[in-house]
Amino acid sequence: MPRWGMVIDLDKCTGCQACTIACQAENNVPFAGPEQAALGRAIHWHEVLADVKDEHGELHARFIPRPCMHCDDPPCVKVCPVGATYVDEEGLVRMDYQRCIGCRYCTTACPYGIRYFNWYTPDFPEPYDQHLTPGVPVRPVGVVEKCTFCIHRLERAKREAAAKGRELTDSELVLLPACNQACPASARYFGDLDDPESTVSRLARNPRAFRLLEDLGTEPKVYYLVEEKA
Amino acid sequence: MKHEAAAHKDAALFEPLLRTGKGFYVTVAVLVIVVAWGAYAYVRQLVLGLGVTGMNRPVFWGVYITNFVFFIGLSHAGTLVSAILRIVKAEWRRPFTRAAEAVTVFSLPFGAGSIILDLGRPDRLLNVIFYGRFQSAILWDVTSISLYMLSSIFYFYLSLIPDIAMCRDRLNVGSLRARLYRFLALGWTGSEHQYRRLDRLMNIMAVWLTMLVVIVHTVVAWIFGMTIVPGWHSAIIGPYFLCGAIFSGVGAVIITTAILRRVYHLEDYIKPVHINALSLFFLSLSLLWFYFTFVEYFTTFYGDEPAHMVIFNAKFWQEFSPLFWVMVVCCFVIPVVVLSNPRTRTIAGAVAVSVFVNIGMWLERYIVIIPPLARPRLGGIGSYIPTWVEWAITIGCFAFFVLLYTLFTKLFPVVAVWEMHEARQQSIPETMERMRSYMPGVAASPLSKEE
Repeated sequence: MPRWGMVIDLDKCTGCQACTIACQAENNVPFAGPEQAALGRAIHWHEVLADVKDEHGELHARFIPRPCMHCDDPPCVKVCPVGATYVDEEGLVRMDYQRCIGCRYCTTACPYGIRYFNWYTPDFPEPYDQHLTPGVPVRPVGVVEKCTFCIHRLERAKREAAAKGRELTDSELVLLPACNQACPASARYFGDLDDPESTVSRLARNPRAFRLLEDLGTEPKVYYLVEEKA
Repeated sequence: MKHEAAAHKDAALFEPLLRTGKGFYVTVAVLVIVVAWGAYAYVRQLVLGLGVTGMNRPVFWGVYITNFVFFIGLSHAGTLVSAILRIVKAEWRRPFTRAAEAVTVFSLPFGAGSIILDLGRPDRLLNVIFYGRFQSAILWDVTSISLYMLSSIFYFYLSLIPDIAMCRDRLNVGSLRARLYRFLALGWTGSEHQYRRLDRLMNIMAVWLTMLVVIVHTVVAWIFGMTIVPGWHSAIIGPYFLCGAIFSGVGAVIITTAILRRVYHLEDYIKPVHINALSLFFLSLSLLWFYFTFVEYFTTFYGDEPAHMVIFNAKFWQEFSPLFWVMVVCCFVIPVVVLSNPRTRTIAGAVAVSVFVNIGMWLERYIVIIPPLARPRLGGIGSYIPTWVEWAITIGCFAFFVLLYTLFTKLFPVVAVWEMHEARQQSIPETMERMRSYMPGVAASPLSKEE
């Protein structure tokens, strides 16, 4: 059984946010509009965080692309009263939009803030309503949603490979999620962390690799490669 | 039977059930209007979604969750005054018991209800039962609060039965009410045997409820304490919330009994000496609350961990500081100044303090819940301004609580008549007997506990 994970090379990331845009379009993320966005109501399954630090009198800025961490021990799953969010057998933290009661306990428990709530009925103005991605359900009002690691793409790729009677290869997986595919700097990698030969597992063992808020013990499956160039 | 004579002696307690002035109708009309306004706001929220509130990302929880903790806290008043003081045989509790139990029974639905008001999908509420997961603290709450609600309604009803029977036998009321009393009295005749059984059951329930108070409010606090959110994740949050709950609950009992005393002319029953006893207890709760607050924040401050300090700073000096310091004044400075001075520890003084304490305790819940959300771990500052919808629903809940209470006072005596009678008949000789048994050099009186 694979254990899906991601590696993001911060040395290569330019902070262009193509990943964020690709994600919005791919996953049928509803439009918030400027007013609601100012209130903190915009949904972005993927965001690029700016981390600005003053180091020894010198400003040091870096960009941290932030999808869902798909933790092995996710605090959000622990607190869900109805099992609407859960870790599936391939390690993905999933959402059941039909079961979620909208209590937002998971959104407060996630230390990475990757969970979003549908404050209103999702809105897709023309002509976007005609261009929704097939296979990605539009979420109803009042439920929580989050990054899926583009599970619909993964499922399709698995089906296609199975039809040809073979396994998915590492090279097919690396750019599978929409964010990875859109990255112009090739800074992002996707794959099976449990396969010692995969690109992600090799990079995750790289001395440059670190994870966000690692000391919380959530065991995130998104690894970052720290910058070497200043 | 002998307790039936009580109905004559305590005619004043039945007076509100028989005569209704204009003030009552005006009060009810005003309350109904406020409740209707809140209901309108909730319908708007149901139709449009939680977007009509001020909640956002990262401040996903707001005044509804604050109200949830506050109302559950208020509800501990009844159990404390009625059950705990019953166990320790504090005789001064007697005029308060009924009023306090009513606070419990009428505030609990709004505590539990606030969670439903906060749900994004209230239509899926039953998923909690169909798919409930006991790993989630919310399930612990659902379980303990429903158990507490059922138990306290049962306890409340138990202690009402003899009084309902008196209403049935003595009051000349319309047929509908007469039938209601007859039905609810469950054929109570007031025999010795029945009173003995009632007393035994009440004692068992008092112990059971006392245990539930501790469990319920600790579990309410664990909704926050069990997460790893800085500012929530602390072991003290359970006892801290429990202490605050009893604190605000006692305040609510003081306010309601003082109002009932004034409106229904119960000066003979609720005397300054009673309020004085409750005020001293109230004062000690204020000191205990301050102790918890001090311990909590001093530990954070000395440890000086960055993740915790951003929240500490938000509360102490940044945008939440006005609320924080008002809370300290309301919950500590005012109670200590007013209640430690015998000259200001009057009924009026105690009521004023109770109002401040309840404002302060509502703010305390807010201050515990909101600032940690407004400072997410990965940076950024969240802000939260509740909208009119949230205020309308909040005020509607409080008005609904008062409305239920007001209607209750017109149907049942607000002071437990049979308990007053029991005090006159049994407790005075019993207490004297007990005192004798404490002291050396006093001959035990031949007075026995048997009738």
